[in-house]
Amino acid sequence: MIELRGRGIVPGVVTGEALVSHETISGWGGIDPATGTIIERRHELCGVCFTGKVLVFPGAKGSSGWSGFFQSTRLLGTAPLAMVFTKVSTKSALGAVVTRVPAVTDFDQDPVEVIRTGDLVTVDGDRGIVIVHNR
Amino acid sequence: MRLADDEKAMLDGAEGPAVAAAMDLLVRYGEALGAERLCNVRNVAGTMTQPTPAKTKLVREHGWHKAFAVINLDSDGDFEIPHMRVPTCQLQHGFGEDALGVTPYPAELVRIQQDAEAFYGPRGVNILATCTPYQVGNLPVRGEHCAWMESSAVVYANSVLGARTNCEGTASTGAASLTGKIPCWGNHLDENRYGTHLIEATVPVDSFRDWGMFGYFVGEVVQENRPVVTGALGQPDLTDLKHFGAATASSGGVELYHIPGVTPEAPTLEAAFGGTVPAEKIVYGERERRRVYEALNGQGESSDVDFVLLGCPHASLDQIATVARLLEGRRLNPGTELWIMAPRALRTMADRSGYTEIIERAGGRVLTDSCPAMSRVAPKGTRVFATDSAKQAHYLPAILGIEAWFGTLEECVDAAVTGVWRGEL
Repeated sequence: MIELRGRGIVPGVVTGEALVSHETISGWGGIDPATGTIIERRHELCGVCFTGKVLVFPGAKGSSGWSGFFQSTRLLGTAPLAMVFTKVSTKSALGAVVTRVPAVTDFDQDPVEVIRTGDLVTVDGDRGIVIVHNR
Repeated sequence: MRLADDEKAMLDGAEGPAVAAAMDLLVRYGEALGAERLCNVRNVAGTMTQPTPAKTKLVREHGWHKAFAVINLDSDGDFEIPHMRVPTCQLQHGFGEDALGVTPYPAELVRIQQDAEAFYGPRGVNILATCTPYQVGNLPVRGEHCAWMESSAVVYANSVLGARTNCEGTASTGAASLTGKIPCWGNHLDENRYGTHLIEATVPVDSFRDWGMFGYFVGEVVQENRPVVTGALGQPDLTDLKHFGAATASSGGVELYHIPGVTPEAPTLEAAFGGTVPAEKIVYGERERRRVYEALNGQGESSDVDFVLLGCPHASLDQIATVARLLEGRRLNPGTELWIMAPRALRTMADRSGYTEIIERAGGRVLTDSCPAMSRVAPKGTRVFATDSAKQAHYLPAILGIEAWFGTLEECVDAAVTGVWRGEL
């Protein structure tokens, strides 16, 4: 078991499967909220669906539509289960807030380096902790 | 986060439920950022009117008050939306009436957006309908705190104008419009406005195309950091920096850059870094320039061009004039369309100056309010498009599933007239 300590930015506790992106993610032009899928052509996860997954990523890039697009995933029922990211920006912070899923950032170690796709993780947005099980 | 007395009163409902919901969102958002306080803003640029699928559903079922509450305030409450507290403008949105019959954009969405304008205009939202508010009367001054979204406008406001705004989103600008407040974090603070990376161009950057390619390189290298760019740079104009900034905010997330001797917070290289210039220097040379060109042109196979797209970010009057000059007395290839996107205010001036007529006589179109990426439409049957915009070449292939060519304005107009892409570096 590995425990990453960070700062919770949206409260709530969930456990689920991790989907790790080593590249930053675009919202507008980068995801399709109708399907919860990454669509940026040159992205390592192009075509991959994040719905119901713990989305682990370095940070947000691109358009200021980021938060609105992730809010749309909540409204359309395709949101990720939780968000875990390395770097806080206005896009990722507001995006997590309006997606209303447990979110943790500002870690003591880089979650993108530690967590692997398929890992079972618990995201505790109340205490700012992420636990990687079975490791 | 510490709230001032007026902010606490808003949160407690002294100004009504909509303002309380706005303050609640600002508190959740400010705490997520780790902000210590809010700051006052009197200039908000956001988005309210565009009929996105989620918004259209809300409007049909519950009306515009509810749509604003859910999308622009992230609130589940039911309340009336009051007049905006501070000057607020609508950025680019969906296509308007001028696109009906010209683009395949649905007439129903045009009608819903007209409803939105009728709702928001009287509530104090200036319908500028452009990604370049700074071209049509919203020109913040140096040091002015703003709450803007639209990444290309944010990077322009911070870097070229010296105004202070983070790259806000739909809900934070909505909340700012009803409160005149935004988290005092990031670009609002002096210590976060100095450069972090030194980038030197060793190849000349002195054309519109080269400013875009250089921006695309810079964004990819620094991601969300603050580059200071130097070297073989020509004197840029508004359109060059509009293109450069938009490109840095597409391949990366640049919100603030400095060009010593050109941009207002960088009278010198030392000033751009707040004292110490970093020892490490990132070089943009011939190899890097070619790599960017190949990346932007790595999304096309067929050289048969169906569609030429100009004006991203929205064209200046000079850009429209140049297109008119290049198209004077020529006709577009029968299988190829050319659209140039512009703010409606500048389209009015282009009409008055005779540019629109020349472009339309050649078979091209001057369209306003939107762009193919925002409205998710291109001419029917488009498989391959060409553009002079690094940002549009970056986004449109993913959004519409089409091939892209990137080049100079002259190459794009040539493709529109011949139907064939013949661009080269």
